[in-house]
Amino acid sequence: MSSDAASLELRELVKRYPGSDEPAVDRLSLEVPAGEICVLVGPSGCGKTTAMRMVNRMIEISDGDILVSGRSVRDRDPTDLRREIGYVIQQVGLFPHRTIAENVAAVPRLLGWERKRTAERVAELLELIGLPEEMGARYPAQLSGGQRQRVGVARALAADPPVMLMDEPFGAIDPINRERLQNEFLRLQAELRKTVVFVTHDIDEAIKMGDRIAVLREGGRLAQYASPADLLMHPADAFVEDFVGADRALKRLALDRVRDVNLWQAPAVRAGEPVAEARRRLEGAEVPYLLLVDDRDRPLGWLDERALSGTHVTAQPHMAPEPIVELDDVLRDALSDLLAHESMYAPVVDERGTVAGVLSIELLSHLLAAEGS
Amino acid sequence: MDVLVVFAQLQRRDRTADEGSCVADDGVCPGWIADNADRYVDPFLEHVYLTLVSVGIGFAIAFALALVAHRRSWLVAPIVQVTGILYTLPSVAVFFLLLPITGRGKLTAIIALVSYTLLIIFRNVMTGLAGVPAEARDAGRGMGLTPRQLLWRVELPLAVPEIMAGLRIAVTTTVGLAALAFLAGAGGLGAALFTDINFRSNVIVAAGLAVLLAVALDLLVLAAQRAVTPWTRAAT
Repeated sequence: MSSDAASLELRELVKRYPGSDEPAVDRLSLEVPAGEICVLVGPSGCGKTTAMRMVNRMIEISDGDILVSGRSVRDRDPTDLRREIGYVIQQVGLFPHRTIAENVAAVPRLLGWERKRTAERVAELLELIGLPEEMGARYPAQLSGGQRQRVGVARALAADPPVMLMDEPFGAIDPINRERLQNEFLRLQAELRKTVVFVTHDIDEAIKMGDRIAVLREGGRLAQYASPADLLMHPADAFVEDFVGADRALKRLALDRVRDVNLWQAPAVRAGEPVAEARRRLEGAEVPYLLLVDDRDRPLGWLDERALSGTHVTAQPHMAPEPIVELDDVLRDALSDLLAHESMYAPVVDERGTVAGVLSIELLSHLLAAEGS
Repeated sequence: MDVLVVFAQLQRRDRTADEGSCVADDGVCPGWIADNADRYVDPFLEHVYLTLVSVGIGFAIAFALALVAHRRSWLVAPIVQVTGILYTLPSVAVFFLLLPITGRGKLTAIIALVSYTLLIIFRNVMTGLAGVPAEARDAGRGMGLTPRQLLWRVELPLAVPEIMAGLRIAVTTTVGLAALAFLAGAGGLGAALFTDINFRSNVIVAAGLAVLLAVALDLLVLAAQRAVTPWTRAAT
């Protein structure tokens, strides 16, 4: 049901404010292929938000042009244009007097959708963002910050716009929830393939979210437009190199996911299995601990050598399984999870929560050493 | 104030009535009150009429002014100034100023009462609109609401609590001021009150009805507000 994504092109885009000599955006040219996320990143005052807001004409263009699917936005009626472009902002901006369902239904209502079609779409979107359907009757004040931001994304997606504008959408969320929301959005994007303009000041977020990254410098000039890997490996100049940061090698961990790594085998055992069998499995493993799993292979915790003393494997793990990382997590997040839990090893699980392998600090440091060379 | 004294001297009460010393002593006489309750019905209804019509007209004018000033902020200062002057003018003076123009009667009273409500309501509508979260406005505009849709679907609904708060102040003060409307010959509970201001039974009934009316109308507006703003009670 997804409408085709649109290509987006900024052509010599300029924004000048009256009474200011320096333009806020200066001859900015970018092409975003349909279905890709383009991140605008840069220090504050670099014009990234201004540039984004010219796409749906929240800010009028001074000079140059923006083409959506080859069509100039300057020829469009601003309100019509905005109804075709999803819009997500940092403060979310849910309507406090409307229920969650009414908020999500805002654009379909503007477009005059039938009641039934709108209700179905709302239910579909609430499911998509993982909110129980009864939440639709609540008011924004009754939701957590993370839930509100999810609803903001759902509201922007409601009329299935080909283009999405996202202005620091996860900037006001605590780090743990931000990571979760980022992953959720990437998962959604893999399915929906929207053309996204994503504004952030956080280079790590840019590297994680972007198919392409446009680094802007003060005065709204483009410093470099490249893929995340290119940006990290070949920064165009000293400004970009400085902005990307000295820890470029470490940042490259944000480009790969856990599933891209050759994971260690998990020496998994179930409670009640013979100790002899567990011992055999441990001998062939790189991890010095047994991973206790339940009957559906979900991790319950680690067992140390004490587990090998009896005849059958105990049901009580000696160490909690945390952190548990997912195949879809980026390596950088997995590494910080490991460090946060002061753990050397993390069970890796797939979408169903079953064990797919083990990630270790050792694996990651080998990876960093290889990439740094 | 001389006028008040004059009115206070007009005692229509029949002192020869067979009520015993309570009435003669200007006391609080339940018996007299029960017997004479019906003489307060018309003044009470006149009072309700004056209040509702004045607040209604005042709301319409102030609300319209606020909508005009909402998009043209340079208008706010002059409107506040003019309505501010109307607000500070002693209402008794306004009644007498208007008498030569509009004559004695309800019209004069209503004009004076309306002019008194304008500032209160205008200011509260403006405060309400100013209190609309900037991000809700930005998101609404960004998803393609026209300025008119933004106003009626987002800004005004969110301003309702503040607007209703202004309406409550306007209603209660108007009930109080309408007690002086009899000076313009518009009747109301004030007329009943000042007819015999020394008689405690009369004062208690007339003033008591005015207080009850103020409380009742205040609660009514409050109930209306709660009915239309369920979102303000959503737990955080």
